[in-house]
Amino acid sequence: MLNTYVVYVENKPGVLTRVASLFRRRAFNIDSLTVGRTEKPEVSRMTITVDADRDQARRIEANLYKLVNVLLVENITNAPAIIRDLAMIKVAATHEARSHVLELASVFRARVVDVAPDSLTIEITGGEDKIDGLLEVLRPYGVLEMVRTGIVAMRRGKTVSQASTNGDVVSDLAAEDVSHSV
Amino acid sequence: MSEDTKSGKNMTGASILWECIEREGVKTVFGYPGGAILPAYDALKGSKIHHILVRHEQGATHMADGYARASGKVGVAVATSGPGATNMVTGIATAMLDSSPIVCITGQVGSKLIGSDAFQETDITGVTLPITKHNYLVTHASEVARTVREAFYVARSGRPGPVLIDITKDAQQTTCAFDYEAAKPQLPGYRPDLSPENKEYEQALELIHKAKRPVILAGHGIVISGAMHEVREFAEKAGIPVAMTLLGIGAFPAAHPLNLGMMGMHGEAWVNHTIQEADLLLAFGMRFDDRVTGNLKTYASNAKKIHIEIDPAEINKNVKVDVPLVGDLKEVLHELLPHVETIDRSEWLDFIDKLKGDAAVRDIQNLPDSGHLYAAHVINDLWRETREGETVVVTDVGQHQMWEAQYYKHEKARSLITSGGLGTMGFALPAAIGAKVARPEADVWVVVGDGGFQMTLCELATIVQEKLKVNIAIINNGFLGMVRQWQEFFYDRNYAATPLLNPDFAKLGEAYGIRSMTVSERSQVVPAVQAARKHDGPVLINFRVEQEDTVYPMVAAGASLHEMIRRPSKIVETAADE
Repeated sequence: MLNTYVVYVENKPGVLTRVASLFRRRAFNIDSLTVGRTEKPEVSRMTITVDADRDQARRIEANLYKLVNVLLVENITNAPAIIRDLAMIKVAATHEARSHVLELASVFRARVVDVAPDSLTIEITGGEDKIDGLLEVLRPYGVLEMVRTGIVAMRRGKTVSQASTNGDVVSDLAAEDVSHSV
Repeated sequence: MSEDTKSGKNMTGASILWECIEREGVKTVFGYPGGAILPAYDALKGSKIHHILVRHEQGATHMADGYARASGKVGVAVATSGPGATNMVTGIATAMLDSSPIVCITGQVGSKLIGSDAFQETDITGVTLPITKHNYLVTHASEVARTVREAFYVARSGRPGPVLIDITKDAQQTTCAFDYEAAKPQLPGYRPDLSPENKEYEQALELIHKAKRPVILAGHGIVISGAMHEVREFAEKAGIPVAMTLLGIGAFPAAHPLNLGMMGMHGEAWVNHTIQEADLLLAFGMRFDDRVTGNLKTYASNAKKIHIEIDPAEINKNVKVDVPLVGDLKEVLHELLPHVETIDRSEWLDFIDKLKGDAAVRDIQNLPDSGHLYAAHVINDLWRETREGETVVVTDVGQHQMWEAQYYKHEKARSLITSGGLGTMGFALPAAIGAKVARPEADVWVVVGDGGFQMTLCELATIVQEKLKVNIAIINNGFLGMVRQWQEFFYDRNYAATPLLNPDFAKLGEAYGIRSMTVSERSQVVPAVQAARKHDGPVLINFRVEQEDTVYPMVAAGASLHEMIRRPSKIVETAADE
């Protein structure tokens, strides 16, 4: 099954390579990996999705912790979480098709971010299923180009995952104060 | 420490490097100079550290490794950028797979040249990323002190391993204020000190007390943790026999009545049968390597498994265990010991004794004398001659390594040093140099095949230059023996690329200024060993042994542990597993 990890790492050169190299070396297949800054400049945050069974998932976590620059690993697969992917889809849109494409975009609450004489570029944010859905219905019109960011994830509610470089690691994955999808 | 190193004093990165290495307690480093590391070599003159000039950088890493394994302290190897650094790769991988704490220092081209394919530039932190526990690229003198402190700490703590520090030439040359106290390690993500939960201890004790046929699998972790005494106490109190991995040899005394011997591919038959018959495996600091388990599907299938291991990533990696106890073995055993009950397991121990009887009649030592000199004879005689006193045997990889493991009875930890996980041919000679430097009072013997010896024999010059008393026993069968054995068993005796046309090793030794001799009869073995021990200087003995000898028993790769190829015995016509 697809496992989703939130991984906090020290914001240092080469750390992304270390993480990616670990997955390659241990023959775990990364489905998606995103990395970006956090509220703390010295900490970066990764969202990694990997296809793994239970045992593998636990070993991935243990192996990530073996990397000296990894601060905190959370497998949030079974935790309530907001998961978002962003895609930009360039669709062939001739005069006749244009209104149909616009209509579909609006149904999916996607935004048109670029208009050209024979194409439209649509930006959509959401879960992977939603983006896959839009892609599916746009395909007959001709998808010229597409880019996706890969997913980013955050647990719902007041629960916080915090990792800092002063040695304190705070995680309250068990917290019950969880909000619901809005 | 000298006056001029007080806090705040301006020093070059190179001087800071040696100062910090000295403060880690290092007295000797093994290295080879070159352009990008020259500032560091220049600064050696201001340091108390003794530098041993090797003949190849691979040798430097094996020496650091041998030093670490003989002493338990961190070994240090030094090389220049590019080829100097890449020559270290095999030694680093060797240390990684056997959890040996070494710190490798490499010079790097100037920081402004990085990425330009400058002369002797190699991305060595990239190259060694998967074979180091951690590595560093240092581009400023101000980073040197903290990096060295972190590197030593990471190398020796938790599950030990190799750490590489790549230092640019300008970081060595430029000066900065040196304040050792302020340069504290900053490793917020590094947690080497895990311990099990109470519930897990209880579960383990329950399994131990319920077991009727338990066996301890003793691994390298016992030696690393220094838990030899605790393991012995545990085994004796609970009445549980102890089988050893190759690197676990010495962790439990060979002469102890509960000692079974080595397990696995070339383990004694009774050891492997014991494991297959067991109802509980207690894995102490071992990692269920494929050479130890054979076919995982049939491995100890009736046994519950307790795994005491410091590295959580090893849990359930190869063998699914019932109770993992993640932590330092010595500490975990301290927790367990007061609660372990003494249980009479004589029925189980009697069963194992019966298995042993069959093996004795197959033993090469008990077969009629054919007039040939067998490697097992050499090892056995060497053991008889050197068993008293402090002896360290350093073996290479192949048949002689397995015979040594079978026929040399090790009573003490750190008395056998060998490359287990990576199986690095060429390891023995340089690793023995490191062992001798770490323990000058020990009688250090290299036991090496004619193939592996020729991979790193250039280090004979290092032995002579450093006036080291190292004794070298070449087990010379004119073949890459273990490969030939596989060809005999599995490739229809097609001895492709395994026969060796060798030089006269005794003459070669003499050319280096090493007293050398050749032995081809059993009666000469003991006198040669005695002469070597008496001689005040290194000695090389070229033992010309039976060419097509075979290591028995053997579990073929992928076969079940109990399905062993046994030595065809002239005395016993039939055996249960033939």
